[in-house]
Amino acid sequence: MAHSVVFQAIVLLAGALIFVPLAKRLYLGSVFGYLVAGVIIGPFGLGLVGGEGREIMHFAELGIVLMLFLIGLELEPVHLRRLRRFIVSAGLVQFLITTILVAGFFAAIGFPLTSALAVGLAMSMSSTAMVLQTMEEKGWSRTRLGETSLAVLLTQDVAVIPVLATLPLLAAKTSAMGTTFISRFPDWVHTLAIFAAVGIVLVSGKYLLIPFLRFIARSNLRELLTAAALFIVLSTAFFMDYVGVSPALGTFLAGVVLAGSEFRHQLQVDIEPFKGMLLGLFFISIGAVIDFSHITHMPATAIGILFGVVCLKAVAMYVTGRWAGLGKDQSLFLAVALSQVGEFAFVLLSFMDRLALITSPRTDILLFVTAMSMMISPMLLYITERFVIPRLLGAVENTRASEVEFQYHPVLIAGFGPFGSTIGRFLRANGVESTILDNDADRVDVLRKMGFKAFFGDATRIDVLKAAGADNAKIFVAAIGQGDINVDLVEKVKQAFPHMTIMSRVQNPLQEYELMDRGERYIYRDSVDTAIRLGVDCLVKLGHRRYSAFRAGQKFLRYDEEAMQALAATRHDDKTYILKSRELIQLQEMLLLRDREFNPSANDHAWDSATRTEE
Amino acid sequence: MARVIIIFAHPRYENSRVHRALLEAVAPLPWVAIDDLYEEYAEFHIDIHREQERLLAHDVVVWQFPLYVYAPPALLKQWLELVLEFGWAYGKGGGRLKGKVGIITVSTGGSRESFGSDGPHRYSLTEFLRPLERAISLCGMVNLPPFVVRGTYRLSDQELQEEAGRYRMLMETLSQPIPVEEISSFLSLNEWIQTRGT
Repeated sequence: MAHSVVFQAIVLLAGALIFVPLAKRLYLGSVFGYLVAGVIIGPFGLGLVGGEGREIMHFAELGIVLMLFLIGLELEPVHLRRLRRFIVSAGLVQFLITTILVAGFFAAIGFPLTSALAVGLAMSMSSTAMVLQTMEEKGWSRTRLGETSLAVLLTQDVAVIPVLATLPLLAAKTSAMGTTFISRFPDWVHTLAIFAAVGIVLVSGKYLLIPFLRFIARSNLRELLTAAALFIVLSTAFFMDYVGVSPALGTFLAGVVLAGSEFRHQLQVDIEPFKGMLLGLFFISIGAVIDFSHITHMPATAIGILFGVVCLKAVAMYVTGRWAGLGKDQSLFLAVALSQVGEFAFVLLSFMDRLALITSPRTDILLFVTAMSMMISPMLLYITERFVIPRLLGAVENTRASEVEFQYHPVLIAGFGPFGSTIGRFLRANGVESTILDNDADRVDVLRKMGFKAFFGDATRIDVLKAAGADNAKIFVAAIGQGDINVDLVEKVKQAFPHMTIMSRVQNPLQEYELMDRGERYIYRDSVDTAIRLGVDCLVKLGHRRYSAFRAGQKFLRYDEEAMQALAATRHDDKTYILKSRELIQLQEMLLLRDREFNPSANDHAWDSATRTEE
Repeated sequence: MARVIIIFAHPRYENSRVHRALLEAVAPLPWVAIDDLYEEYAEFHIDIHREQERLLAHDVVVWQFPLYVYAPPALLKQWLELVLEFGWAYGKGGGRLKGKVGIITVSTGGSRESFGSDGPHRYSLTEFLRPLERAISLCGMVNLPPFVVRGTYRLSDQELQEEAGRYRMLMETLSQPIPVEEISSFLSLNEWIQTRGT
C-alpha cells in the first residue's frame, strides 16, 4: 500500500501543496518550492519516494514536452521575427561563449578533450522551464529582459537538435547506443533522420494538423479539442522519440507551426493545466533524485564544479546581455537568472553516458551539479534582486509599457457575428484594433484572412479570455448572439477582470433587467436602435420632416431607457411573474401603456411660433 | 442669367407659416434652388463637399432662417463653420466664393420698434446680423441688405402674402444684373423692392 500509485500521488501532491506556497511566500518562486518538496520527500529526506524518482522524472519529462509546445505556441510569426535579432545576437553569442568557457573549465580539471566539449555543450543549456516560470511570476515576460532571456533559451533549445545530431560523431564508439529504431543505422543516417523528422513536423503541421483541428472544432465538443491537443503533442513527442530526436523539440516545432493558427488560444488553455502539473512533478522528481552522497563523499569536487559552472555561465550571460544592448543591471539579472544548468542537460548527459563520451561516475556528479544549480538559482536570484532591485525596477517598468501596447488590443470582443463584426469594423475604421473571440472555426478562419486578430475559443471561459489578453484590455464587449450567454458572461468577466469596462448586448428586456439588477451600466438591447431608425424613415416617407422625425427617434430612445429603468424598479414587486415568456409579454404591455404618455414634440416649443405670442 | 441658391434652415418648418409662404412663392422659379438643411442633414452630418459644390454652381447665395434668441438656428451655424472652410472660402488658397452676392433672409417675432434703441432688444436687427454679414464679407462676397419679415406673431395673412410677393419679385430681379450701389443705400431689400414696384 505504501508504494501504491495513489499513495505516491498523495505524497507528491502534499509535498507540492506545502512547499510551493511557502516558497512563493518567501519570494523564491514556485520552482524552488517544487525542488525542495522533491528533496524532502526523496530518499535523502523522508524517503517517501525512493528509487522510482527516476521513473517519475521520466514521466514528468512530458511536462517539458508540453511546456515547449506552449512556448512554441507563444511564438507567433510576427513575434518570432521581432525576436530574430535577439536570437542571432544574444542566443548564439551566449551559446558559443558558454560552451567554450565551460569546455575549457572541464578540460582544465582533467576531462578528455571530446568529453569536455560534450559537457560544455550540455552545461551551456539553461533551464527554460525555470526561467520562463520565474519571468512569468515576476511579470517580466514582455520586457526586454524577458525577451532576451526567451531568445537565449530558444536558441539553446533549438541547438539541442544539432547537438544531439553531432554527439554520435563526437563519440569514439557508437555501439553503446540506445534501442531506438534509428540506432540500427550508421551515424550519418541518424543525423539525416533528425533533420528529416524536423521537416516532417513543420510540413505536417500546416497541411495535417490545422485541417484536423478545424474538423474537430466543427463538432463543437470542448473536450474533444482538449483530447486533440493532447493527441497532437503526445504523438509528435512519440514520433520524435522514435527517430531519436528530443521529443521536446518536436513539440516545440509543432507549437510554432500552430502558433499562427486560429486555435492558438484554445490550445494554450487546454494544455496549460497539464503542463503546470507535469512541470511541477518534473521539478519535484529532480529534487528527489539529487544524490547528496556526492557532497559527503567528495565535497570539494562537487561544490567546486558547481561553483565553477554557475560562475562561468553567469559571466557568459552577462557578456551576452551587454552584447545584446541590455544595461549593466539588467545584464546582471540576466546572468543570475540563467546561471543554472537546465533540464536538457539531463537528456544530453544521459545520452552522452550511453555514447560513453563520459564515464558514469562523472555523469553522476554532473547530474548532481545540474540539479543543485537549479536549486540554488532561485536563491541567487533572490539575493541579486534584493541587491539591485531599486535600479532594476525603473528600467523594467519603462520597457514594459511599450511592449504591452504592441502585444494587446484595448478592446476584446466576444462573439463576432453581424453585431460584433460591425463593432469591430467601426473601431478599426477609427484606428482602434480589437481582439476577437468566436467559437465558429469557419468564421474565425475568414476573419483571419481579413487581417483581424481573431481567435477560435469559448469566450465564456475565463482562461481563454486571459489568454486573449483580458488582463491588458480596457473594454470588454459581450456581443454573443445568445443574450442569455452574454448575461452569464458579463457576470464572470466582472468578477475575474474587474478592471475592464463591460459593454454588453442583450436581446430582450428581461436580459436587460437582469444586467440592470446587477448594476451594469452599458447595456445595449438588440435592434432597439435599428428599429427606431427604421421607424424614423417610416415617418419621413409618410411626409414628416426629417429633422422632427429624427428628434422624435432620439427622444424615443431615451424614453425607452427611462421606461425600462422605471419598470426595473417595480418589477420585483409583482410575484405573479413566473414564466419568462409570460413576463416578457407583460413587460411589453406595460411599455405600451406607458408609451401613450410619450409626446414626441415635448420641449420643442421653442421653435413653434404658434405656441408663442410676443409679450 | 444669374442663379440663386437659398440655404434654408428651420428646425420646425412644418409649423412655420412665414417661411412656408416665402418659399412657396419662390420655389417655382427655375433659377432658384432651395437647400433645406434640416431636411438634408437632420442628424447634423453635413456633406461639406456637396454643399461647396452647390455654392460654386450659383451666383447669388441667400441664407434664409428664423431668428432664435438673436441668432440663426444651430444647424446653420454648424453649416457656416464646416462649409465656409479656411483655405476654401477664405484665407490662404481660399476666396472660392469671391464676387458672388450674399443675402440674408430673416424672420423675427419682434417688430421694428422692438429692435429700436428704445425697444426691449436695444439693438437694431442689423447689429444682430453682424456675424453673418461679416462672414459674407470675409469670403469676398458682395453683401446686400437683408430681406426681413418682422413681427411674425401678428402678421396677418394679407400682410404675409404681400411679403411673399416681394420676395418673389426680389428673386426675379436677382436673375438680372444687380444695381449694387443703388441697393446699398436701403436698410432692407423689402424697401428696395417696394420702391421698384411702385
